[in-house]
Amino acid sequence: MPDKTNRSESTPVESRTFRLEGVTCAGCVRSIESALDAVPGVAEARVNLADRTLAVSGSATDDECIAAVEAAGYGAERVRSSERERREQQHAEEQRHYRSLLLRCFLALGLGVPLMAWGLLGGEMMVNSPAQQLAWGTVGLLTLGVLVYCGGHFFSGAWRAFRHHNANMDTLVALGTGAAWLFSMAVVIVPQALPEMSRHVYFEASAMIIGLINLGQALELRARGRTSAAVEKLLELQDPTARVVRDGEERDLPLEQVQVEDLIRVRPGEKIPVDGTVEEGRSLVDESMLTGEPVPVNKGEGDSLSAGTLNKNGTLLFRAEKVGADTRLAQIIEMVKNAQSSRVPIARLADRISAIFVPTVMIIAVLAALAWYNFGPEPRAAHVLVVLTAVLIIACPCALGLATPMSVMVGVGKGAEHGVLIRNGKALQQASKLDTLVVDKTGTLTEGEPRLTEIEADDSFDGTGDELLQLLASLEQGSEHPLAAAVVAAARDRNIEFLRTEDFEAITAHGVSGRVDGRALLLGNRKLMQRENIDTGSWDKRVKQLGEEGRTAMYAAVDGRMAGIIAVSDPLREDAKAAVARLQQLGVRIEMLTGDNEGTAHAVARQLGIDRVHAELQPEDKEKIIGELQQSGEQVGMAGDGINDAPALARADVGFAIGAGTDVAIETADVTLMRSSLHGVADAIALSRATLRNIKQNLFGAFIYNTLGIPIAAGVLYPFTGALLSPVIAGAAMAMSSVTVVTNANRLRFFQPEGSNPAVTAKNSAKSGEAQ
Amino acid sequence: MTTLLINISGLLLIAAIVWWFWLAQSGQDKASVNVGDEQTEILVRDGVYEPDHIRLPAGKPATLYFRREDPSPCAEYVLFPDLEVSAQLAVGERTQVQLPAAEPGKYPFTCQMQMYRGSLTVE
Repeated sequence: MPDKTNRSESTPVESRTFRLEGVTCAGCVRSIESALDAVPGVAEARVNLADRTLAVSGSATDDECIAAVEAAGYGAERVRSSERERREQQHAEEQRHYRSLLLRCFLALGLGVPLMAWGLLGGEMMVNSPAQQLAWGTVGLLTLGVLVYCGGHFFSGAWRAFRHHNANMDTLVALGTGAAWLFSMAVVIVPQALPEMSRHVYFEASAMIIGLINLGQALELRARGRTSAAVEKLLELQDPTARVVRDGEERDLPLEQVQVEDLIRVRPGEKIPVDGTVEEGRSLVDESMLTGEPVPVNKGEGDSLSAGTLNKNGTLLFRAEKVGADTRLAQIIEMVKNAQSSRVPIARLADRISAIFVPTVMIIAVLAALAWYNFGPEPRAAHVLVVLTAVLIIACPCALGLATPMSVMVGVGKGAEHGVLIRNGKALQQASKLDTLVVDKTGTLTEGEPRLTEIEADDSFDGTGDELLQLLASLEQGSEHPLAAAVVAAARDRNIEFLRTEDFEAITAHGVSGRVDGRALLLGNRKLMQRENIDTGSWDKRVKQLGEEGRTAMYAAVDGRMAGIIAVSDPLREDAKAAVARLQQLGVRIEMLTGDNEGTAHAVARQLGIDRVHAELQPEDKEKIIGELQQSGEQVGMAGDGINDAPALARADVGFAIGAGTDVAIETADVTLMRSSLHGVADAIALSRATLRNIKQNLFGAFIYNTLGIPIAAGVLYPFTGALLSPVIAGAAMAMSSVTVVTNANRLRFFQPEGSNPAVTAKNSAKSGEAQ
Repeated sequence: MTTLLINISGLLLIAAIVWWFWLAQSGQDKASVNVGDEQTEILVRDGVYEPDHIRLPAGKPATLYFRREDPSPCAEYVLFPDLEVSAQLAVGERTQVQLPAAEPGKYPFTCQMQMYRGSLTVE
């Protein structure tokens, strides 16, 4: 083997897995294992019978292993371990299936079309002489060939289902085409058993129906492929390899081999392969695919990176923290896939009908046939056959069954494209019905990062404003409250030194207390001062005044005496006003919730055009307010981002977790918005309405199709038209009905959630233009 | 005479449909198969799950193994609507489906279009 060194370089020594075909027993296991042991370079080969897989370790190439298995009389194929490769394999499989459906369709139509043309052009379709018997007998055998080769799967499926006391679309197709063939064959073999007028053959119907239904399935397969385009796009965000730095050496490794703690280098223009934290370098990273945020984010040491985002201009060295199924991207894909295949409550009726649909259609077909036999005009036998076949074939359980899942698939996928992750079909339906949206102010309407605006010391305080700030900032160091961060940041800006803090305590919804430099400190709202019996004197007026300006003021007390106030303000989000207006345009009433005092809350609400405000709330109040709104008969949505919001998010009919949010919020939320903007809520509501509209169209179409189609096939129009519906037309209608449903669902792909607000779209595109 | 015979056989046929597809089906539960071990696969082929009546012990999460051999798109998803579980099945592969611990009862599982149907009994 001259190329041995070459080969061992290109082939990893790690073990690989192959999928086996034709393996049924322990005997097969032995022969495959011994065949592989004989291959040079195979260290170990093990067959798992349950899995029908083969694990091989060693330096032998994939092709050598597959050849050895094939030589032993079995089939083998390398198992693709990455989601994307598997997807590609599935695509290839789908493509194969598509081609085989088309081939079957053409073969069946190849026989059916000339036969039908013969009939339409006035050719003899009756069997009255031995010559005709012979000719039609030959055609009958050809048709049997078509039924077996092109429609065999309908018959085997129908039989299998029958044995399981089940009936499905295969049953209908098999019964319809089988009945037409059997009748025609009876006409050919024993024409004298039937009245002269009924000696008509229907071989063309059998062949045409099989051909058309195969065509319908092929078109449906094509259209369905497009419904999963969104997940496809997400999967494409993942590069198949990562450049891992191990032992000072850089190597391109397949994604599945990247481990937590690996150091990874990403060059400009490359995608981040896994989640991690930057250790070295600085670069702009485009996260728009995950967050919908068009402006690239500047990342440097200590910043976190998400798999699937695009590194723009610098080189980054980062440490992998989450790999494989644990990355954010993988979890998003998983969530989208789960939601796409979940049920929507509105489909319950359709589900119930689907469950009894096929046997019911069979009964209707028998009843219609009997009616024609008893009361119909001559040729009765032929009419009975036509009606029976047409009813069985025109009834389409597929359209009914496909109506909701296809729309949900496209709708949920579309959401993901816009950074709106919908948990399931139920959430999708609820979101379309919302009439009230309860919004948590902080982080949703405002930036959520307050800044210190005022520090005013009481005359009785023995020091300057900066000294008071020094005490308060030292105290707040231990607090996780967003207001605390503002105080600490302000102190840092002024280069104030922090003092030692003891006995720090956070008092929920009141404030904080502790000892700094030996002095007892209290910082919080009026309730805290009342609780601790501290006289706030004239400061109440000042606090109220600041509140009216939209600032949050807190009282500070030192050693049991009022020491002054500090005020922080949380700037409004740039897009909050437009988003609120958009939601109001959608007919959603907005109520704001906040722990802030009335003044601050109303100031914010005024600026945004929100009419109802609930201020000075404790965390548990939020849930209560939602409950009260629900009791008054409203469909209530809740948008928030904090841990405090989790119970409220869960209580609401639809909980929207905004922004990167906390894990808790995302777990509780029905809808997760990747982008930190209320626009996402408007997008979600608009999208859910469009999806529900689409579902209703589909369901309506499917119901109408079946409720009109079946009676027409049964011949109710005969008294007016003097003709029965041809089973061939029934077959064409049936094939087209499911294609129509899938195509209608695909229309949702053109949904543009921000279309209702062209200004935002324009602004966003301008922004992304700047970014480039 | 022929008319009578044909009418009677038509009515008998309807009775047979009702019996076979609706009434006799409820007797199938006894024939359900214990799943949840690695060896037992649920085959997805030709319009049916095999086995289609399966059994699991209550109160414990379980893993089911589906092997889809039918490339037609109907078989692509399996849903347990009452358990809010769904999975995409890859053609020609064994797919794991994780079920949460469930209360005793009957849980139907179907494909998206409800043409493939099965029933899970938790006891």
